[in-house]
Amino acid sequence: MNIVTEGKQTKKRTIPGFGLTMGFTLLYLTIIVMIPLSMVFLNTFSMGFQDFWATITEPRVLASYKLSFLTALTASFVNAVFGVLIAWVLTRYEFPGKRIIDGLVDLPFALPTAVAGITLTTLYSPNGWIGQFFSFKVAFTPAGIIIALIFIGLPFVVRMVQPVLENIEKGMEEASASLGANRMQTFIKIIFPELIPAILTGFALSFARALGEYGSVVFIAGNMPFKTEISPLIIMTKLEQYDYEGATAVAAVMLIITFIILFTINILQWWTGKRYSGK
Amino acid sequence: MMEHDNSVVAKANHPVIITRNATKEPKSIQWILISIVLLFLTLFLVVPLIAIFVKAFEKGAEAYFAAIAHPDAVAAIKLTLIVVLITLPLNAIFGVVAAWTITKYDFKGKNFLITLIDLPFSVSPVIAGLIFVLLFGLHGTLGPLLQSLDIKVIFSIPGIVIASIFITFPFIARELIPLMQSQGTSEEEASLTLGAGGFKTFWYVTLPNIKWGLLYGIILCNARIIGEFGAVSVVSGHIRGMTNTMPLHIEILYNEYQFSAAFAVASLMSIFAIITLIIKSFIEWKTDFKSTKAR
Repeated sequence: MNIVTEGKQTKKRTIPGFGLTMGFTLLYLTIIVMIPLSMVFLNTFSMGFQDFWATITEPRVLASYKLSFLTALTASFVNAVFGVLIAWVLTRYEFPGKRIIDGLVDLPFALPTAVAGITLTTLYSPNGWIGQFFSFKVAFTPAGIIIALIFIGLPFVVRMVQPVLENIEKGMEEASASLGANRMQTFIKIIFPELIPAILTGFALSFARALGEYGSVVFIAGNMPFKTEISPLIIMTKLEQYDYEGATAVAAVMLIITFIILFTINILQWWTGKRYSGK
Repeated sequence: MMEHDNSVVAKANHPVIITRNATKEPKSIQWILISIVLLFLTLFLVVPLIAIFVKAFEKGAEAYFAAIAHPDAVAAIKLTLIVVLITLPLNAIFGVVAAWTITKYDFKGKNFLITLIDLPFSVSPVIAGLIFVLLFGLHGTLGPLLQSLDIKVIFSIPGIVIASIFITFPFIARELIPLMQSQGTSEEEASLTLGAGGFKTFWYVTLPNIKWGLLYGIILCNARIIGEFGAVSVVSGHIRGMTNTMPLHIEILYNEYQFSAAFAVASLMSIFAIITLIIKSFIEWKTDFKSTKAR
């Protein structure tokens, strides 16, 4: 993505309407995103550091952070591996039904999360279509949460890697082959390094999404405190008990983690932009 | 098969003639990889999709249509439509204006602005609901003011709408920015030189160029508004027949162990998701335009 503005050349603004459109953009952004989001931090500041610290270090809250983090990490990792494989097969090979499969990859973006949630729960419950084949419980355990998060994050890495794979110059692979590298060596030394920024960006996007995911997880998780209670559910529970301060404190920590992930993605994209605009 | 020949050629340092096989895997490996992918996608996408419809019709067609025609279900469908009709145009206008601002002008802090626009993508839906409770709720910052004016936002339709606007805020801008960036500004500049005004230029030059990208963004945005669960769940209050959107209605049915009814409404939403995917593939085929950013 060529979002990085090129060089320092200053173009004269020939197209009118800069003030109007910029003003509208900033106004809408401020009203819908900035002011509401700042509420989390304003409310956190007003509750005092000790209360804040006590809330976010409650054992039950800490357990939820750990669970959310680990399940999101595992699911994103699975998605990164299969994402590259799916993108590879879709760009390089021909097989019947390829177009349909390509379109279907986006299903998790189009299907409501609640629908995904109840369906996966039904499939993976102990007597469900898939659950019956497992010797251990999948639904209502962390394994079930991971399944839901794999479903939700499935398209991210595929859609980030696909365009990069399409644009890799065949010439480089040919050169590598002509110098004696076998296919595996060519993939590891030539193709894979080109894919790394896209994989990492897709991984980070999938991770951020998985960390905050609620709809698909609440059904399959079982929601047992300390065991299968994710952080967004803690916020929900605190809200239902009118514990707004507690909910806000937990949300503030999650938001900060989100910002760190976004910052990382931005650096990755800057890196990608540098790599590809150089050519 | 031909790998052997290639390595000989390469070692002999002759002018290299590369057969197609040098950049392709053997057929056997290809089929193994294809099979793994198909198995994975079948397990994670196809089986769930089939399960939705099987479960929906488990108690027969009559029960299916009764579940869909239930007054609470109809009310949920209507409410979802209302939310879409308000949210979609607002975010479409914002998306076009924001993409125009970012791609047609040069200014400092552009990347920062793009990051801010992207922000709602990464915020947990539950937090998206929470921030509007903190702002408009009874104990929220604007709560007393709204109460004195007798305006209800939280646990009411305006809350659902504004949370949906937040969640789907970046969708259309995100699709349009890379597209408009690749188109540059020369056509607009030509139009302006020929004497057309700014708005006329947008209407007759820019809009026709971005119409497919815009449609693409709109259908993705639409799908997300219809399906949003977490954020809406926080602000809606779950009042049956009043503030229940379709996903919330599904949740209630499911928690009441009315599984067939829950899956009946779910199947309706799945049909919608499939239509969305078909339109999306159609646009990609028609324009060679592909979403540059996974959503």
